[in-house]
Amino acid sequence: MNRQVLTVFALVAAALACLPMLQLPAFYESFLYLIFHWVVLATSWNILSGYSGYFSFGHGAFFGLGIYTTAVLSGKFDWPFLYTLPFAALVPALFGVGLGAIVFRLRSLRGELFGLLTLAVTFVIATIILNTPIDGGPGVYLSAVPIPNLGPSPSATFYLLALALAVLCVWVAYYIYCNRLGSGLFAIHDDEDVAEVQGVPTLRFKLQALAISCAFAGVAGGVHALFVSYVTVSEVFNIVVPLNVVLMSVLGGSRHWLGPAVGATAITALLYAFTAGDFAVVGRATVGLTLVLVILFMPEGILGQILKRWRRSQKPPALPKPIAPAAMTIKGAAGEVLLQVDDVSMAFRGVKALSHVSLEVRRGEILGLVGPNGSGKSTMVNVISGFYKPTGGRLLLDGTDLVPMPAHRAARSGIARTYQIPKPFTNLTVLENATLAGMFGGQQLSRKLAAHQAMYWLEFVGLAERARALPSELNLHQRKFLELSRALASAPQLVMLDEVLAGLTPSEINHAIAMVREIRQRGSTILFIEHNMRAVQELCDRLIVLNYGQIIASGLPKEVMQDPAVINAYLGTSQS
Amino acid sequence: MQLPGVELLGQSLLSGLFIGGLYGLLGLGLSLSWGMLKQINLAHFGLAFLGAYLTYQMSNSFGVDPMVTLVIIAPGFFLIGMAMHWVFAKFKVTPFNSLLVTFGLLAIIESLIQYVWTADYRKLESHYAEVKFKVGLFYIPLPELLTLLLAIALCVGTWAVLRYTSTGKAMRAMSENPRMAAAFGVNERMLALWLSGAASAFAGVAGVCLALSFTLAPSQIYGWIGVVFSAVMIGGLGNPLGPLIAGIVIGLSEATTMAITAPAWAPLVSFSLLIAVLLLRPGKI
Repeated sequence: MNRQVLTVFALVAAALACLPMLQLPAFYESFLYLIFHWVVLATSWNILSGYSGYFSFGHGAFFGLGIYTTAVLSGKFDWPFLYTLPFAALVPALFGVGLGAIVFRLRSLRGELFGLLTLAVTFVIATIILNTPIDGGPGVYLSAVPIPNLGPSPSATFYLLALALAVLCVWVAYYIYCNRLGSGLFAIHDDEDVAEVQGVPTLRFKLQALAISCAFAGVAGGVHALFVSYVTVSEVFNIVVPLNVVLMSVLGGSRHWLGPAVGATAITALLYAFTAGDFAVVGRATVGLTLVLVILFMPEGILGQILKRWRRSQKPPALPKPIAPAAMTIKGAAGEVLLQVDDVSMAFRGVKALSHVSLEVRRGEILGLVGPNGSGKSTMVNVISGFYKPTGGRLLLDGTDLVPMPAHRAARSGIARTYQIPKPFTNLTVLENATLAGMFGGQQLSRKLAAHQAMYWLEFVGLAERARALPSELNLHQRKFLELSRALASAPQLVMLDEVLAGLTPSEINHAIAMVREIRQRGSTILFIEHNMRAVQELCDRLIVLNYGQIIASGLPKEVMQDPAVINAYLGTSQS
Repeated sequence: MQLPGVELLGQSLLSGLFIGGLYGLLGLGLSLSWGMLKQINLAHFGLAFLGAYLTYQMSNSFGVDPMVTLVIIAPGFFLIGMAMHWVFAKFKVTPFNSLLVTFGLLAIIESLIQYVWTADYRKLESHYAEVKFKVGLFYIPLPELLTLLLAIALCVGTWAVLRYTSTGKAMRAMSENPRMAAAFGVNERMLALWLSGAASAFAGVAGVCLALSFTLAPSQIYGWIGVVFSAVMIGGLGNPLGPLIAGIVIGLSEATTMAITAPAWAPLVSFSLLIAVLLLRPGKI
C-alpha cells in the first residue's frame, strides 16, 4: 500500500468529518449522505464484480436484506438502531456465502449466467418478504425508532454514519486491491481456470469477496432504512440499486479501487435534480441511457481513461530490481521418486483419454513424454496439475495423494506447468503475470518480493524489456517464454513443459533447450512434453511414449526410439 | 398440510400449462438471440411489455381487436430488433456487454412505459376474456388457450425452419462459426439481422398475449425475468422447442407448489429447478 495515498485519504476523511460543525442547512448534509450512500453501494459491488469479473445484478437483494434486517429488528422488535447494524451486515453476508457456495462451484455459471441468476434472486427474495410476516404487504414503519445522537442534528448523524461507512468501504477496497485477495480476484477476472492451477484458491477468494461485498451493501441498507423511515418491498427490491451501481462502477472504472466512488459521486450529483421532484422516471431513463452510451463509447470508464492518459504523459515508475530467489530446498536425494502416477484413468463421456497409466517422475531428472497427437499427453498434464480430476487412480507427490485436493493445492505443493497455447492473464502486464505466479505458487511470496523475483525470471527468459507490456503486445515466442517465466517464478519442484518449442525457429529452440538445462541445474524436476525429437534426444534422461492413452514404451531415449511399437505408432505399420 | 381436491389440482395444473406456454413464448426470442447471436437481451422483457401496452392502447382508443394488433406489432417489432442488432454489430458488443447495454435499454423502456401509461395497473377489456370452454370438470379460458396455441405454433415453426430450410441451416452454421459460414458463402450479417428481428417480433407477440390475460404495470416487468430465463437455460440455448418444454414443466411445477403450499413460494420453483438442472448436467447450457 502506498503511504501517500493513505495520507491523502485520511486527510480528506478528517476534513469531511468536521463538516457538521459548520452547521450547514440539513439539505446539504442529506445530499452528501446520498453521495456517500452510493459510494458504499458502488464500491462494495465493485469488490466482487469489478475485481473478479463476476458481475452481480443482485446487489439490490443484499442491500434489501440489510434494510429489512434493520427495519424488522428496530421497527418490530424495538432494538436500538445501532445494535441492528451488525446484523444488517451479517444477514446478507451469510446469505451471499450460502448462494455463492452453490453457484461458485459450477464452471458453467460464469459471467453472464451469474449476472442473470443474481438478478432473479432479487425478485425471489422480494416475493418471499412480501408474502411472509417479514413485511406482509403494508411495509414497515421506522418513524418511532429513535435516531442516535452521533452529530448535532439527525441529518448530521446520517451524514456521519454514511461518511464512516464510505471511508471504511473505500479503504477496504483499496486494501484488497493491494493485497493477495485483490491479485487473486484480478487473475480470476481474466482466466479462472489458469488462476486455480497457478495456486489461487478461487472458490475461497470469490466467497470472501462476495461476503465483504454483501456486508457493506447490507449495512448501507440498514442505515438507509432509518433514513427513509418507511420501507416497502416495491421501493427496495427494484432495479434502481443494481442499475445504478453497475453504471457508477463502469462509468468510474471498475478495475480501479477508486473508480466506483468517482462514478457514484458523478451520477448522484447528476441525478439529484431529477430524483428530488416528479422526475424520478426521467432519472431512471437517464441512467439507462448513460449506461448504454458508456458501454458503447467508453468501456474503460472515466478514471480508467484519465489514468491511461496520465500514465502515458508520465515517466513510467522504475521496475523492481531483479532479486535471485533463494536456492531451492530439495527435500530428497536425486533419483528418488518425486511424483508417482498410479493407475490413473481419465474418461470424457466414454472417451478414454488415459487408461490405467502408471509412471514415476524421479527427482532431478528430465522425463520426456512423447506420443502422436491425441495420445493423451496434454490430458496427463491437466490431470497432474489438478485441472482435471482423474476418473480413477492416485497421484502421489512425496507420498501425498493430490487427487482429492482442490487444484490450487497442487500448485502450492510445487507443481507448475506451461500451456501449449499460452494463456496469460490478458489484462495484467508481463511483470504482473510473473509476479502472480510467485505469490500463489510454492513459496507464497509477498507481492513485493514476488515482483523482485519475477523480474529475475523475466531476465532469465529474456523478457525484462517487455515487463510493462500487456501479453497481447507480445509475439508467439515471447508469450511462450512468458509461460516459462511464470512456471519458474512459482519455484516448482516439478515443472511440466507442454510443447514449449512448438512454433519456434531453430535458433529460438537452441535458446530454449539451454534454458531447460539450466532449470534442471537449479533443482527442478522436469516433465518434458515435446514433438521435436532433436530436443527430446538432447535433453531427456528417460522417455515415456503414450499412444491412445496408454504407455507403449519407456526407457532410455535411444532404446525407446528403436522400439517397433513406437515406430508403428508414429509412422504406421510397415507394409513389407 | 392438506392436499387439494382433484378438481382444484386439475384446474391449477391447467393454468400451469397455460402460463408455461407464455414462458415458452417469451423465452423463444431470448433463446434464439442468446444461443445463436450470443446476445443476452434483457430488453426483450421491456419489448414484450411495450407490445402489451400498445395492444391495450390500440384496443382502447381505436377498438382494434387484440389479435389484429399482431399484424401491426409483429412487423414493427421486427424492425426494432433489426435496428438493435445493427447497433450491436457496429460496436462489436461482447456477450457480456450486451447484457449491460440491454439492461440500460430495459430501464429506458420501463421508464417510457411508466411515463406514458403511469405506474397504475391497466387491464385490457376484450371479448376474448369472457369466453370460457368447459371440458369435463375444468374451465379453459380462451385468451390462455390462444397463447398456448400461438406459443406452440411459433416454437414448432421456428424449429422446422431452422431444421429443414436452407436459410435455417445457414443460420445454424452462422451461429456455430460466423466467419467460417461467411467463407462458405453465407451472408451472415443479413441472417443475423433477420434473426434478431424475428426474436423481437416474438417478443411483440408475447406482449399481445400478456395483454390478453394479465393486468399490466411497469413494475411487473422484472418479475418475469427470473422464471423466463430459467426456462431458456433449462431448455438449452438456441433450441426453439427448449423454452416451451421447460416453460411448461416450470408452469406445472409452480401450479403444484401453489396448490399444495402457499403462492409465496412459487418463485422459488423455477429457481430451484434451474439450480438442480445446472448441478445435474453441468456444461449442458
